[in-house]
Amino acid sequence: MSLDAVAVSAGYPGGPDVLTQVSVSVEPGTITGLTGPSGSGKTTLARVLALLQKPRTGSVLLDGTTVRGVGYSVPAKSRAQIALLFQSPRQATDPRMTLRSIIEQPGVIAGRSVDVADLAEQVGLTDDLLSRRPHQVSDGQLQRACVARALAQRPRYLICDEVTSMLDAATTASIARSVERQAVDGGLGVLVISHDADLLNALCSSVHHLS
Amino acid sequence: MTRGLFVRNLTVRIPIGRRWVHAASDVDLEVPAGTVTALVGESGCGKSILAATVMAMLPLGATVSGSVLVTTAEREFDVTSAAGFRGRDVALVPQSAATHLTPTRTVRSQLDETIAAHGGPSTSDRLAERVGLAPAHLDLHPHQLSGGMAQRVALAGALAADPTVIVADEPTSNLDRAAVDHVLGLLRACADDGAAVLLITHDLSSLIRTEVADRIAVMYASRLMETGPAASVLENPLHDYTRDLLDALPSRGMTPLPGSPPELTDLPDDCVYHLRRPLSPHSGGPTEMVTVGARSYRTRVHR
Repeated sequence: MSLDAVAVSAGYPGGPDVLTQVSVSVEPGTITGLTGPSGSGKTTLARVLALLQKPRTGSVLLDGTTVRGVGYSVPAKSRAQIALLFQSPRQATDPRMTLRSIIEQPGVIAGRSVDVADLAEQVGLTDDLLSRRPHQVSDGQLQRACVARALAQRPRYLICDEVTSMLDAATTASIARSVERQAVDGGLGVLVISHDADLLNALCSSVHHLS
Repeated sequence: MTRGLFVRNLTVRIPIGRRWVHAASDVDLEVPAGTVTALVGESGCGKSILAATVMAMLPLGATVSGSVLVTTAEREFDVTSAAGFRGRDVALVPQSAATHLTPTRTVRSQLDETIAAHGGPSTSDRLAERVGLAPAHLDLHPHQLSGGMAQRVALAGALAADPTVIVADEPTSNLDRAAVDHVLGLLRACADDGAAVLLITHDLSSLIRTEVADRIAVMYASRLMETGPAASVLENPLHDYTRDLLDALPSRGMTPLPGSPPELTDLPDDCVYHLRRPLSPHSGGPTEMVTVGARSYRTRVHR
């Protein structure tokens, strides 16, 4: 059981390969780190692993089975297993929705109910914030809502792409620890992408370097 | 007379509807020429408002008491009443520089305009050299620059009139480590050349790594909690909040602080850190800054 990128090369239309022959494995219950300088393809690898971008060569294996297709052409059952968190929570949330409806969204899509209160508690959001909209909360609070939304999807793998790089140390620690709890207690497999070597050392059992 | 920036007993309140944002409360801060003072604290504690106050760019209706004195080689003035100092005596390096540049013009034309506005003797090539940009970079448009390069362009613009005081508001957020080190190194060089640099940042890791700051001031909910020489504040904090903030760093155990930082709207008149750390001896009821040698920290008033 794992989420694997096997010998993946990927790039963007008309451009050269951003990634060449990269292999990474994300195991349930562990936190794997991924680092490298700007432009080394960290976000591209996140997109490939999240089944949003088709690799030029190589493949993505979900629990040993090669995933065919990309985006909506992947069966919903497979897609639901992988959640992605982005660097900017502002660009990843609908400004018209309250935090409560943002967190509930995966449930609405999957046609089941979501325990918002429980998720909010897990990520450290207080009740009064849930009725607010994104512009009424800080970046850190909105990022916590994004973590809660990702967890509401009940994924088995979570990919965090520079999730804390805009946040201060106190907020970073709190979000990192709640993701860590999901891995340790909930068996979530986590890939943390960051250029913060200290953060990766504190959080991850192993760290991959892209160059 | 010592040149530099001297903030005395500064209190800033900003009205929002019928409520007041407590942006700064009883802030005393000195940034002598030739030094870098880092102002640190969680997001939303009022750090950037202090930058806006020093630049006299507060929103309309804000009330300011206390003084923000700037002493240059030629004159001394209070930014709340003086004019014509912006960019000339006191310059700002803004957060996310790329959004402050005009997207349709080259870097060179924007720097030339800045120099012309100050009637300054500098040239854009000389400014570029000071911040480590090649002359060819000046002919690029902002979207062709990396984040680190855009930040250096912003710094070049700030240096156009050789200001006495440089206020850098989160100049390194969203940069990778190499770019962070480069920008902080340039700010250090500005201080070594005689500028008073106020570096506003939430990135304590970089402060520890680069040792760029001479002094550190720690802010929480519009108040300073602690000031002192950078090495002693980072190694041996006096205030519980400073210690909690440092313990949250990945390199120091990554222990989250309890609760979240308070909003600044309609804060009580006393320090509110005890709402997060009820057992802290430093907060709860009236507090004052106590000075011990080169260091100060806020603690309860003893009667």
